[in-house]
Amino acid sequence: MLTKMIPEIGHFALVIALLMAFFQAVMPLAGAATRRPLWMAFARPMAAGQFLFVAVAYLCLTTSYMLDDFSVATVANNSNSMLPWYYKFSAVWGNHEGSVLLWSLILAGWTFAVSRFSRNLPEDMISRVLGVMGMVSSGFLLFVLVTSNPFERLLPVIPQDGADLNPLLQDFGLIIHPPMLYMGYVGFSVVFAFAIAALLGGRLDAAWTRWARPWTNIAWAFLTVGIALGSWWAYYELGWGGWWFWDPVENASLLPWLAGTALLHSLAVTEKRGSFKSWTVLLAILTFSLSLLGTFLVRSGVLTSVHAFANDPSRGLFILALLGVTVGLSLLVFALRAPRVSHTVAFSWVSRDALLLVNNILLVIMTVTVLLGTVYPLLLDALGLGKISVGPPYFNALFVPLTVILCVFMGLGPSARWKHMSARELFRRLGLASLAALIIGMFVPLAYGGEWNLWVSLGLVAALWIVLPMVRDLFEKIRRAGSLGDGLRKLSLAYWGMVLGHLGVAVTIIGVAVVSNYNVERNVRLAPGDSVQVAGYTFTMNELQSRRGPNYLSDMAFIEVSRDGSSRSFTMVPEKRLYIARGMPMTQVALRPGLFRDLYVAMGEDLGDGAWAMRIQYKPFVRWLWLGALLMAAGGVMAVIDRRYRLKRHQQVPLPASSTREVPV
Amino acid sequence: MKRRLLLLLPLVGFLLLSGFLYMGLSLDPFQRDSALLAREFPEFQLSTLEDSEVLVDESLLKGEVTLVNVWGEWCPTCKQEMPQLLSLAERGVRLIGVDYKDTRAKGQEFLEEFGNPFEVNVFDPEGDLGFELGVYGAPETFLVDRDGIIRYHHTGYIKPEDVVQTILPEVRKWQ
Amino acid sequence: MAVIRRGLVVLVLLLVAGLVQGAVEVREFADPVLERRYSDLNESLRCPKCQNQAIGDSNSPVAADMRERVYMLLQDGRSDMEIRDYMVKRFGDYVLYNPRLEGRTWLLWGLPGALVVIGGIVVVLIVRTRRRASARQLSPDERARLDALIKRKRPE
Repeated sequence: MLTKMIPEIGHFALVIALLMAFFQAVMPLAGAATRRPLWMAFARPMAAGQFLFVAVAYLCLTTSYMLDDFSVATVANNSNSMLPWYYKFSAVWGNHEGSVLLWSLILAGWTFAVSRFSRNLPEDMISRVLGVMGMVSSGFLLFVLVTSNPFERLLPVIPQDGADLNPLLQDFGLIIHPPMLYMGYVGFSVVFAFAIAALLGGRLDAAWTRWARPWTNIAWAFLTVGIALGSWWAYYELGWGGWWFWDPVENASLLPWLAGTALLHSLAVTEKRGSFKSWTVLLAILTFSLSLLGTFLVRSGVLTSVHAFANDPSRGLFILALLGVTVGLSLLVFALRAPRVSHTVAFSWVSRDALLLVNNILLVIMTVTVLLGTVYPLLLDALGLGKISVGPPYFNALFVPLTVILCVFMGLGPSARWKHMSARELFRRLGLASLAALIIGMFVPLAYGGEWNLWVSLGLVAALWIVLPMVRDLFEKIRRAGSLGDGLRKLSLAYWGMVLGHLGVAVTIIGVAVVSNYNVERNVRLAPGDSVQVAGYTFTMNELQSRRGPNYLSDMAFIEVSRDGSSRSFTMVPEKRLYIARGMPMTQVALRPGLFRDLYVAMGEDLGDGAWAMRIQYKPFVRWLWLGALLMAAGGVMAVIDRRYRLKRHQQVPLPASSTREVPV
Repeated sequence: MKRRLLLLLPLVGFLLLSGFLYMGLSLDPFQRDSALLAREFPEFQLSTLEDSEVLVDESLLKGEVTLVNVWGEWCPTCKQEMPQLLSLAERGVRLIGVDYKDTRAKGQEFLEEFGNPFEVNVFDPEGDLGFELGVYGAPETFLVDRDGIIRYHHTGYIKPEDVVQTILPEVRKWQ
Repeated sequence: MAVIRRGLVVLVLLLVAGLVQGAVEVREFADPVLERRYSDLNESLRCPKCQNQAIGDSNSPVAADMRERVYMLLQDGRSDMEIRDYMVKRFGDYVLYNPRLEGRTWLLWGLPGALVVIGGIVVVLIVRTRRRASARQLSPDERARLDALIKRKRPE
């Protein structure tokens, strides 16, 4: 009996969670404004309660999937009794309703984490932070309940079985990609809430940045991993070996990432030097706004994307209203309350301050460019100027040069001193490393590909331009410390985080440059016994087999692959599946991954007489794309574990609520 | 004062963008005008569905306002659309069919089952004429004026209410 | 309500249909340059039927027809520009992933460059004012509080 009520329990828990989120928003904010400790004290318990009840709701929905309760509409549309249990578990967020609930759960989780880990924050600050997050939560929970209730029943006619999860989503990558991505998107709500709280309370000092920075780094790291996972998933699951399509949905995740990257650096300047305050706050607002904008673009149907959810205009309108209220209000607060007295912290042309300023401006230009290209078809359509498409050629044409300019300054940044240094000193530090980067980058492609390619060279020069000066800097620091052990111990985790992050960028750039230009692709006809040579490998089809999986039928080809001149060989097994419930064909790619190259075989159509069309690809350095992203994320996390963020937990330094406190270090 | 205005800039930009997004909500990103509007109906030379010996070409469309409907037996929406086309024919509109990517037998069977509102059916088994017309899925309907110029294009299903609300007024406009 | 829901189910299925993976065709090229141009064209032309896919990535019938035409036109010795115009003439500007520079797209192509110029000017202006400003000295009181706040070694 009780199991029959699970969806209703979940629904009810959501209603309670919404009420709690509402109180979490209103009471502490009002309390902070009128200085009433009792009202402010609502913040933490409500955050905990909200998290608990959203979690209960989420658990109920998961249980409905696990128990194959096809009276629940979302379960009937997205699951099937034959579906393996782990895909039932992940099918919860493989559709619009469930994914918004996951979004709300993660938001409640972040809120709870903030309330737990910020015990030493001044009461009015934490009240405002949790209050702002409560407002965002209220909006999303209301959205779930009003337009996207995942517990809606299909009564009285209950389907015999479910329509099954889209086979493209029956995959490990999709189990973890959305949660990671949402951890990132939603994680930026924390720094957003900190920014609004700072504006409301008129408190924007070094302590503020120190509270906000770890949250930002963690969210950014999650988003980085989330984007990389999405790219990896597209690479092996969509079956054509591409890893980035500049699709609106991909752009929607890139936008907050770019703005978030600018924010990381701007926070560093604000913490260390006390400058760029308004700018940092604006970036914090912008980053989360872009997360919300992404949600709108994906779920409203205003843009055509391969990844779009089934659309419903009422949902689009609701998210747009949510976006308008959240972003509009916060930008209004920003315009009214941004620090009035702009004080200037001095720095010169050659200084880390100036370089980070350039970094921020470039990242914002990149953000605007991606946003412009993504919404431009919509703008023209709205103005009645016809339908156009903006795709990969446009984005590549603009993004690549902007990245190159960014890399030029990235190479200089870590070696530059804050405030001021002489150009001669910078040249002394960088000259040799940069020259080496230029020479090696120009000539290595010759040795590797045998065929010089301008773009590969450019990518390598850019990557080495970033890495070599950092290596030199590292040696210099160790040398100055006397011994290797001393040197390593002296370097802070924050420093290592920066090194790793920048190294990650370099690794990704190498991956992009090499795989885009030295990729080999052949479409061939293969029958058992046939063999073909691609990029120095011989592919021989040995046999074809048919078999039956849990919810699909499949044809498999066994292909023996050997490297020319080597006697060792291995077998690759591409597969073509037909999912029974949806009658949908799917290609399962055979991949032979390697640090320096992937071999990639996708099965095409049956050409008759036992022959199949096969797409065989040789993808050099493709792994470096995602390896770089992992390094970046690791760098972001490492910087957070740095001592100075942990220290803050034990001490609280009373500071007057002044927004113009200058902290030059 | 100057700084105040500068601080308002993000808000203004955002409001502008939201305005466009709001307009975007009521637009259908899949709805597009044909690239052939105001251009001549493409040249072709194909046999009719009814008789493989009879060849027709674009001169078929000269002299009278004509609706050209691209259909195929394989297309389920085309079946639902037939009653609307029949009622258009009853109201005196001249209709010409293009049997797109079909076999002759199936096409003829289709007309026997669902009725034939078309004066002539052009048989386009390879989809060549369809390609020239920029057809990317049946059904699609083109309105051609008496000089053989394409004047109106309807992508997809003609709903019963479309007959009176859009198609007939368009036909009258060019008659 | 039930009707609406059924409508949604249909829509979901349609979307799925839009997400089907690309087709694999075996084509012969006498010249590797031609093969390169073929795949570049396939990636820069948009399938008019699909959600958002290049013709090279889609297995919808119209995408297959378009690939076939691209192949034929290439064998015919036509230039990339001619092939693009050929497609635009039939399917409209929509099929170009690389929008042409014209009145309605100058903002699209021009804004990023303009922003780089504006950004450059902003950097120059900011650094020039910052360079002149001298850092305000901290009072001993402030310095003490600051030290308590950071409680760590000076960064390198």
